[in-house]
Amino acid sequence: MNNRQSLFDKLWEQHIVVPETPESPAVLYIDLHLVHEVTSPQAFTVLAERGVKVRRPDLTIATLDHSTPTLPANENGELPYATPAAKEQVETLIENCAHHNIRLLGLGDPDRGIVHVIGPELGLTQPGKTVVCGDSHTSTHGAFGALAFGIGTTEVGHVLASQCVLQRKPKSMRIVCDGELQPGVAAKDLALAIIAEIGADGGQGFAIEFAGETVRTLSMEGRMTLCNMSIEAGARFGMVAPDETTFEWVAGREYAPKGEALEKAINDWKVLASDEDADFDKEIKIDASAIAPMVTFGVSPDAAAPVDSEMPAAQSNVEQHAAEYMKFDPQQPFSANAVDRVFIGSCTNSRLSDLRSAAAIMRGRKVKDGVVALVVPGSESIKREAEAENLHTVFIEAGAEWREPGCSMCIAMNGDQGLPGELVVSTSNRNFIGRQGKGVRTVLASPATAAASAIEGRIADPRKYLEAGNDV
Amino acid sequence: MMFEPFQRLTSRTIVLSQENIDTDQIIPARFLTTTSKEGLGQSVFFDWRYNTEGRLRNDSPLDGFAPSEFEILVAGPNFGCGSSREHAPWALSDFGFRAVVSSDIADIFKSNALKNGLLPVEVDKKTHQQLMKTPGAEVTIDLESQTVRIGHDWQTVFEVEAFARRCLLDGVDPLGHLIKQLPTIEAYERRRDEL
Ligand code: SF4
Repeated sequence: MNNRQSLFDKLWEQHIVVPETPESPAVLYIDLHLVHEVTSPQAFTVLAERGVKVRRPDLTIATLDHSTPTLPANENGELPYATPAAKEQVETLIENCAHHNIRLLGLGDPDRGIVHVIGPELGLTQPGKTVVCGDSHTSTHGAFGALAFGIGTTEVGHVLASQCVLQRKPKSMRIVCDGELQPGVAAKDLALAIIAEIGADGGQGFAIEFAGETVRTLSMEGRMTLCNMSIEAGARFGMVAPDETTFEWVAGREYAPKGEALEKAINDWKVLASDEDADFDKEIKIDASAIAPMVTFGVSPDAAAPVDSEMPAAQSNVEQHAAEYMKFDPQQPFSANAVDRVFIGSCTNSRLSDLRSAAAIMRGRKVKDGVVALVVPGSESIKREAEAENLHTVFIEAGAEWREPGCSMCIAMNGDQGLPGELVVSTSNRNFIGRQGKGVRTVLASPATAAASAIEGRIADPRKYLEAGNDV
Repeated sequence: MMFEPFQRLTSRTIVLSQENIDTDQIIPARFLTTTSKEGLGQSVFFDWRYNTEGRLRNDSPLDGFAPSEFEILVAGPNFGCGSSREHAPWALSDFGFRAVVSSDIADIFKSNALKNGLLPVEVDKKTHQQLMKTPGAEVTIDLESQTVRIGHDWQTVFEVEAFARRCLLDGVDPLGHLIKQLPTIEAYERRRDEL
């Protein structure tokens, strides 16, 4: 075996069922298939049409997150679905799972949550596994040293039927981040700074490995945020080599190996790192100590800059259009822009540490009059943990809304959305035109920046709250 | 899904020159609550084509013509970025497009489009500029020879993943291809279980 393999090479090689040839892509084995209501119905229909069964229901797990309301049921127990179609979509997944014997973390299940939050939470996501989902942010699971990538609905059908996908191996890129993140600077800021540096298509065709001292010192939550955003740089795969932080996180979770099996697994996981002289098609270095809290100012995630800077002058027609859509005046500080809504949630930033960081700023303060702030935990389990720490009280007392878990305003297909023209500071991952509702202007930021912006009613730098003695 | 084999297409183009046209533009998320593939063409580029009252504005290059004469979409760079929703190619196909041409097309979109008989064609920058400048041009895309021809005097080649090309040309069905590999897949599973 060659000893100049990258982490990605190792993961890839271990899952080849049939090698790639010039004529055909590799047949790649999938260890974990996550399913949700939006991208699966048509795949199940194809299976039914062809009389094919789900081959490995034991490696498949489903949840409901995208179309589900985040407001509780009414007194008759009815959930406030945005449309009858949303309800039908949920019911379709329930039926499909029952029919094919797939475990569904359905409504009322204590483990339900956003698909990329629950995989890791339940210990389903483990180093060395291949993980797919009909969802581009599947790259999140790469934080564990897993080979995780988003697929389309046709491929969802392929995995259901065969437990494999047809894939060609992408090129590899390593992004080495060194230096300590400054106080008030989060993994989200690092992610946005990287995307601003390499561009929204800078990772296209690549599998990215995040490495370096900064990444090693990130928590699992932070690594997940970073890998989650790989797709916003165009890369389907983002990953971090597993280490003690990873092993500690996985151990003890429901689906994690136990006892001796865990020890054996950890030994296997330890070799999942890039060899010292592994080859990468591209390598990028980032000085993480120079990064400030970031905000986006355009309609693509790479239009990002330090929160305390000003709107750059447009350099092209595309930037000019974006600036007009955002209604940000050139040369004005970002903090000059009034905020209508704040969304704290999504598979990027809805974990306990994110909620803690937002609560640290909101504690004892009030959301600015006229600003609607939504806090949506990523899963039922996070909701319970946050409530056990009384974080929900902090949010509610500040005047924010504490909601039921789900994707919510990240994709705005469950009825949670902004109104045309509104400016939303959001901890989600996409600032595309209309992503959070028609005509909505989205600013992506960390939970701390979002919380500070909710308090001030304009785009705000969270660092000033640090000086007041808060730990962000 | 069954679709017509794709060999050669001659049609006029519609040009959407914006850069980074993402899947949220192609089909806004609120239309994703469907459980079928049909009818999504109505919602394609919905927020570009309809006003806030939901009335067709008729000022988009996508409206006011016979779709059957314009089966090629020419789009700005980084087309189809964003989510993995296959609803994007479904919607474009349902609207009547059979090919999308750009200087670069996002990975997941490309792979989804190929699986639905919508040919993603990445051309060199010069050809791209030529196409962007001439909406309505008559273009021929030949998958067999992997060439794009504009009018009579402009011709260039394009790359397409070999397996997807074979699937489109010969009607090879990828799911069938995978199902044929089941014995090998089972052998792989047994090998791993023994480890
Ligand atoms: S939170 Fe947003 S990005 Fe994440 S799975 Fe849900 S819709 Fe997709």
